[in-house]
Amino acid sequence: MTPKVSLRGVNKSFGANTVLHDLTLDVSAGEVVSFIGASGSGKTTLLRCVNLLEQIDDGAVLLDGDEISAVGRDPNPIRRRVGIVFQSFNLFPHMSVLRNITLALTKVLGLSSGDADTRAAELLARFGLAEKASVYPDQLSGGQQQRVAIIRALAMQPEVLLLDEITSALDPELVGEVLDVVRELKGSGITLLIATHEMAFAREISDRVCFLHAGSVAEVGAPSQIFSEPQDERTQQFLRRVRSH
Amino acid sequence: MVLVAVVLLVPRMPRWDRVKKSFFDVDQMRDSFPRLIDAFWLDVKIFAWTTPAIFVLALLIALARNSRSPALFPLRALAAAYTDVMRGVPVILWIYLVGFGVPGLGLERPYNSPLLWGSVALGMTYSGYVAEVFRAGIDSVHESQRAAARSLGLSSAQTMRFVVLPQAVRRVVPPLLNDLVSLQKDVALVSLIGPIEILRQAGIDKAKFANFTPYVVAALIFLAVTIPLTRLTDYLWQRERRRTSGTRVAA
Ligand SMILES: Nc1ncnc2c1ncn2[C@@H]1O[C@H](COP(=O)(O)OP(=O)(O)O)[C@@H](O)[C@H]1O
Ligand SMILES: [Mg+2]
Repeated sequence: MTPKVSLRGVNKSFGANTVLHDLTLDVSAGEVVSFIGASGSGKTTLLRCVNLLEQIDDGAVLLDGDEISAVGRDPNPIRRRVGIVFQSFNLFPHMSVLRNITLALTKVLGLSSGDADTRAAELLARFGLAEKASVYPDQLSGGQQQRVAIIRALAMQPEVLLLDEITSALDPELVGEVLDVVRELKGSGITLLIATHEMAFAREISDRVCFLHAGSVAEVGAPSQIFSEPQDERTQQFLRRVRSH
Repeated sequence: MVLVAVVLLVPRMPRWDRVKKSFFDVDQMRDSFPRLIDAFWLDVKIFAWTTPAIFVLALLIALARNSRSPALFPLRALAAAYTDVMRGVPVILWIYLVGFGVPGLGLERPYNSPLLWGSVALGMTYSGYVAEVFRAGIDSVHESQRAAARSLGLSSAQTMRFVVLPQAVRRVVPPLLNDLVSLQKDVALVSLIGPIEILRQAGIDKAKFANFTPYVVAALIFLAVTIPLTRLTDYLWQRERRRTSGTRVAA
């Protein structure tokens, strides 16, 4: 079967700094893959290459076998199918929660504002934020803001959702509510690519875990294998360091 | 403090009586005031028609300067050159150059009016300043806001219109008002090429009655407009500062 997302020998540099180095990985439809690795190992850049916020230098990114990284391709239709949630939420501060969610529904998908409102209200209710629809982002807790950001991405009904360290900017007591949202998404058919520092969560939610080292896949496998019997020496070192904290 | 000193000390100056008569003549004030207010109406009109033109032009220039497509390089260069040239020459010189120069080309009435071209000169220069204010505002919107908008599939134009500009404009309201206060005063410069607005009317009155009081009245009329505007600007600055610079340290 054609992989949902396929990275083939992807290279990406910022100036002289090679961030992704000949990175190759296939992700199947509906699969949940977590990316772990040291800070600077390229997790964020990898995710940004998948929804074309970064242009790769070499190699190819494929979505359903279609080369979306080809030079000159219009990124907008692809971004409708591949959503992303950022570490720093990035809600639009000048818009209410509802409008944050409906903006792209009306302007990109062309929904009527009534339909967009209905879709947004349903999602807000499903994730316990119904009463926050008319509130502005700065009146929400970090956990609530991140849940709205996830809803904003989900409302587009993407086939693939990229989650970039979505709990790293949160106070510890707010992490749980955000991870609960992700737990609910698993098994809904959506393909999830998750960059995370939450090892326990990666182990629990992932079908496969991918350890990135210096911009390449050092080791990839089932969570139990990666966390209990890591084969690569760099994975072992990384896990030792993480666990000693 | 300074004000108190001035009020107390100035009347003791040896030639105060003479100054008082030629600058603060109450009868003269009464006589000139209606004419000056009438003439001020022209300042208000020039202000009213240049302001929207300035904002539109400035926004277009700022957008051109902030364009990112490599193909639009010439547009960016042109916009940068425009702001540099407009801001690099004193307003008054542009008013002379355009206000005398263009009608001098032999245009037909009404297209040869110094009033028209003086206003155009004012609009040109101010759009250079205001464009820079807009540009600073656009630059101040964090890149992650664009990333969020683009990641949802919005085009770069939609991102600018719905996400970047609304935030940018909100942040630059105070400096924009500042520029408007300056514009409100610089409108008087158009008088130097002919139109009888308040400054020129004051000059006429001064010559006619050999008395400087009309200038004082003109100054007071300007203050009546600019001080409220300045206060409003200050208030908005403070509010913006409170919003963006965190909790204030006591004393
Ligand atoms: N826009 C950018 N410009 C220059 N360097 C960047 C940029 N984005 C990321 N980098 C560099 O790429 C490397 C990998 O960063 P990143 O993908 O954010 O790693 P991670 O998310 O795993 O911490 C780092 O060395 C970082 O400094
Ligand atoms: Mg990162």
